[in-house]
Amino acid sequence: MATIEFDNVCKSFGDGINAIHELNLKVDDGELMVLVGPSGCGKSTLLRMTAGLEEVSSGEIRIDDRVVNHTPPQQRNVAMVFQNYALYPHMTVRGNLEFPLRMQKQPANRIEASVKRIAEMLDLSPLLDRKPKALSGGQRQRVAMGRAIIREADIFLMDEPLSNLDARLRVEIRGEIAQLQRELAITTLYVTHDQAEAMTLGQRVAIIDQGLLQQVGSPQEIYERPNNSFVAGFIGSPGMNLIQASLSSERGEIGLRLGSKRLPLPQPVLASYPGLASHREERLLVGIRPHAIHLAHADSTQHLAARVCAVEAMGHETILHLDTELIMHANPKTAADKARENQPHLLVQLNGHHNFRVGDQLRIELGIGKLCFFDADGRAIG
Amino acid sequence: MRPGAGSILLRYLLLAGLAIFFIAPLLMMFLGSLKADHRVLLESGSLTAFLPHELSLQNYSDVFRRTDFLRFFFNSLFITGCVVICGLVVNALAAYAFARLQWRGRDLIFNLVLALMILPFEAIAVPLFYGASILGLRDTYAVQILPFIANAFAIYLFYSFFIGIPKELEEAARIDGASTLRIFFSIIAPNAKPVFASVAILTFLTWWGSYLWPTMVTIGPTVRPLPVAIASFYTLPPLQWGDILAFGVMMVSPVLLLFVIFQRWFVAGVASSAMKG
Repeated sequence: MATIEFDNVCKSFGDGINAIHELNLKVDDGELMVLVGPSGCGKSTLLRMTAGLEEVSSGEIRIDDRVVNHTPPQQRNVAMVFQNYALYPHMTVRGNLEFPLRMQKQPANRIEASVKRIAEMLDLSPLLDRKPKALSGGQRQRVAMGRAIIREADIFLMDEPLSNLDARLRVEIRGEIAQLQRELAITTLYVTHDQAEAMTLGQRVAIIDQGLLQQVGSPQEIYERPNNSFVAGFIGSPGMNLIQASLSSERGEIGLRLGSKRLPLPQPVLASYPGLASHREERLLVGIRPHAIHLAHADSTQHLAARVCAVEAMGHETILHLDTELIMHANPKTAADKARENQPHLLVQLNGHHNFRVGDQLRIELGIGKLCFFDADGRAIG
Repeated sequence: MRPGAGSILLRYLLLAGLAIFFIAPLLMMFLGSLKADHRVLLESGSLTAFLPHELSLQNYSDVFRRTDFLRFFFNSLFITGCVVICGLVVNALAAYAFARLQWRGRDLIFNLVLALMILPFEAIAVPLFYGASILGLRDTYAVQILPFIANAFAIYLFYSFFIGIPKELEEAARIDGASTLRIFFSIIAPNAKPVFASVAILTFLTWWGSYLWPTMVTIGPTVRPLPVAIASFYTLPPLQWGDILAFGVMMVSPVLLLFVIFQRWFVAGVASSAMKG
């Protein structure tokens, strides 16, 4: 059992690339912390620094209050599961599981007992004499997990361990990892670029972008109150709609100006976001989740006209891409947003199947109570 | 599209022709070694050279009677064996250090090592000979082994194979508690069998047939290897072609045997290093 602390950790590579900027983070004892962010954001570098595979440029990494910046990987008592599993191809499953214990020079009878216990735990007993090339992706993944567990290390480090599996197996093994981690209660740092994986697996989620820690919190907190427009756009599938707006005050009533529309903000919303008062007559970004937008009732006075540009029928839900008079904010930081930059559509997520076709005219209504507010620099307004 | 029967036949005929072309000298040598000395020259100008008749092992027994063949064979085996085994360890470790370890000046030194590949041995033979003479190493096993253990081409072959082994394997082993040497011997080497086999065979072939350097540094028959011995046997009167061919057969057999045993790895190793190189 152990804690991990990152104290002003920086990492720069020789070619002038700064992978991590002054990162501060603490992973509690027994916690499963997920590091999530787009490709190249520095999350894997952070994991590799924790393992001792990369040097820390400045700052400190502490494991159980012990600074480990210069401790070699084998002395950190961490176990790591790699993206491509890194199973030793010339060894059988048994050989792979035994290897870390042999390195610890454990007696043969203890090694045998440990292999038996882990093989039973992970359902690997019938596969012990097979080589990795004779295993399926899921089986390889379980062997890699077994090799990490068998060492009884203080910390688990997982570097996108599910990314090579198909979607169905990914969901299945995700559940197994969560269950194992709960049972073993080992401090775990889990890296993924898949926000859905982060949200379902993490007790807390740390979002990193361009080497900067954007937000740390429970999946719920991050989803409902994102710290900034990047987190808002990155978390959720599809991400939050970001709309350019301004805050205006008319006859003492604060309202949002969205294109030609003016939406009065009710008192409960203003009470939840007291910071809004200091942003009157300023430009800001309004965030709204696609599922918080619905079709307007016939007598609605707050509706917006929209035209359907694309329909994604998923069966249990329908995602509509709508053209409206709203000016959408394209956050260029994520690949999803880059794609959206060319088609800045308002996304709407409706439950069930709807027979909309491209070109249909609709009237929609924003769920005023579900809005998030960001200033012109993308910082959340509290 | 499936090739027609005519095309297949043509292909096989061509392959058979090539096989005969390459195997004919060996076959002629083998059959000649079993024939009486006067018949060897007599039949060499016609196809009767390939007809096995009136065969005997007399030439083989003559070789053993007229020369100290077993000593020369041992010398060649010992010298080549030492160069191959020590070379595998030294060159593989050097290549691993170039491919994976981080140290100052690595790339510069690696490029210098690669540059050595373009230097023909003949260019350094004379300075090397002076060096060996100054050190008093002439007419020893050491002078035929030590200069050839480190080999730039072997290092390059190992390097191009090691660079293709996923880094994560080593990182996983390091986290599991293995030292650098342990990683090399437990993880890298077992996964590099094809390149070890091809380097071993290439080195063996080179040094089993080596002639120039042993001629320069050996004086008496004590440490003389087979290629030098067969040359001096050729000049030993009376000139008997049957004996020379028998000597040749016994000299070539270990190489052929080695190639047949390790053919699969040899081809795989050369192919993979060619692709990666």
